[in-house]
Amino acid sequence: MSAGAEHVEELILGNPTFSQVTNEIASPMERRPGPAWWGAFLTAVSVLTLGVVLIGYTMATGIGVWGLNRTVGWGYDITNFVFWVGIGHAGTLISAILLLFRQRWRTSIARAAEGMTIFAVLCAAIFPLIHMGRPWLAFWVFPYPNTRGPISVNFRSPLLWDVFAISTYFTVSLLFWYVGLIPDLATMRDRSTGWRRRIYAFLALGWDGGTRTWQRYEKACVLLAGLATPLVVSVHTIVSFDFATSVIPGWHTTIFPPYFVAGAVFSGFAMVITLLLVTRKVLGLERYITASHFEKMARVLLTTGMIVGFAYATELCIALYSGNRYERFTFENRAFGPYAWAYWTMVACNVLVPQVFWWARARRSALVLFVAACLVNVGMWFERFNIIVTSLHRDYLPSSWSYYTPTLVEMGILLGSFGLFFTCFLLFVRFAPVVAFHEVKLTLSEQRETAHAVR
Amino acid sequence: MPSADSAVASPMGSRRRIHTLAFDDPSRALAAVRALRADGFEVDDVHTPYAVHGMDEALGLPETRLGLATLAGGLLGAGVAFGFQFWTHAVDWPLVIGGKSPLALPAQIPVSFELTILFAAFATVGTFLARRRLFPRIAVTPPSQPGPGVTDDRFVVLVVERDAGFRPARLRELARELGPVETVEGWRVM
Repeated sequence: MSAGAEHVEELILGNPTFSQVTNEIASPMERRPGPAWWGAFLTAVSVLTLGVVLIGYTMATGIGVWGLNRTVGWGYDITNFVFWVGIGHAGTLISAILLLFRQRWRTSIARAAEGMTIFAVLCAAIFPLIHMGRPWLAFWVFPYPNTRGPISVNFRSPLLWDVFAISTYFTVSLLFWYVGLIPDLATMRDRSTGWRRRIYAFLALGWDGGTRTWQRYEKACVLLAGLATPLVVSVHTIVSFDFATSVIPGWHTTIFPPYFVAGAVFSGFAMVITLLLVTRKVLGLERYITASHFEKMARVLLTTGMIVGFAYATELCIALYSGNRYERFTFENRAFGPYAWAYWTMVACNVLVPQVFWWARARRSALVLFVAACLVNVGMWFERFNIIVTSLHRDYLPSSWSYYTPTLVEMGILLGSFGLFFTCFLLFVRFAPVVAFHEVKLTLSEQRETAHAVR
Repeated sequence: MPSADSAVASPMGSRRRIHTLAFDDPSRALAAVRALRADGFEVDDVHTPYAVHGMDEALGLPETRLGLATLAGGLLGAGVAFGFQFWTHAVDWPLVIGGKSPLALPAQIPVSFELTILFAAFATVGTFLARRRLFPRIAVTPPSQPGPGVTDDRFVVLVVERDAGFRPARLRELARELGPVETVEGWRVM
């Protein structure tokens, strides 16, 4: 690295003109999708269909088609829920928290990450809905005037807090995403024709790029980021309350909120890396989403991976030190009991795998990044599985101990949620700019000014 | 373009002559705004593809008070959430759960927090859209937008002739020095 390069970090390579930026980012939406897109899309839709069919089967037959039993009442369903909510957190971290910290590198990846947040929360929402057994009565979780008293919902239940947390999180994320899209939809309006132009015009809300509008727009974005930041921390905190406020050994710990939030960011960044490695290759966005972006995300992965590893160690230490025999048993059982395979899969994927990112060469290798990020996704899914299933399967009464094995139906529904996620993401890259035009142009102009100043 | 009529504002009142200077570089547009204002011209607006930093100061725009809407929304959300939980649990149908008082304040914090954020976010976006008159439209081109280039790579400075004291000759002279890629004179119904 030369002396000048340390000051001017090129976030957008090759100094393109503004209209080049517009053309290059818009072109994947304007050309006909190729076989790669169609192949991916049809696969995703097929998997989604499988999930829909299996959910229908579950609803028609009853939750008995799942592997849950009297001892283990939460299995794949809640594991998948916590997993998907966690995935969403990286998007808000990139779009809101990094905006507040004025991290310029976020601009190229924020849009895709925010999209990922919305689709992940959508996937997450399915699971409590079907877990409750009668999704057509799901509105019962909201307070509304009813004929049962009228008695309201119990606001002291952490499960109800979760209803409010997840629905607020989804709504505010969607709002933030849409506000960010408005100027870019105007760009698309001004370069498209026919019915596409009409749709973009309708959604662009008559945006004209005036300075007064931009001034308020930027303020609105900072305010929304300021609101989304505590929100994202609160959401996984409240998800962790679902467990932490109960009296089950292995769940009843004060470490859960920070531990869950760090884990959420960790898994979310792993998913962003996985998605963007493919997206930038397929859409030809190497100029905007560069090796330097992945290098930074790998650092986040390493840091949050170590926070998560530290939390695992703390949990074990406290279980030993607290003198509570039930707590101690739960953790011994988790690490050396019937589910030891799941525990050590988690430790290997979440604690050992990210250590590879101490090496700069690993942070810059697409292959290492892809494999490591996929393994982290697997590890973080197992983290939730461990917390939920191993804490439940051996409770206070040895006579009620059991072992939970998921059925093919549950596995199919998990697969189906991935189908939904990728279907949404693939449609998104076809119809909305996956990199924000206006933010990249701003970054580009700042990059030019800095380059000028250094010279 | 005849210069005799342009010195006077349109007698029709609502129809005014406008001058647009299109630049391909944000710093030139910024310099143009400063030069025009220093010379006594009133710059109406600058249309840009992204938020050019410093443009609002150059135009002399006051700081926005959008944060007040956020605050109001947040307070309303907190009030509604605390009020409703208090009403359902302690007034309308008091229930003793786990031996706790009907008004168990700590248990109400998570829902109140979420609704504070929700209301504040809607208040912020709603106020922003309403104040800037941004709403779904059937018309494809917004009438206030000086050409499609401003969402791509053009930075367009807009000067409106508002009174008889307007000096079009001086404006044209300045425009030549400022080096826009294109200058257009036209009419706009204001």
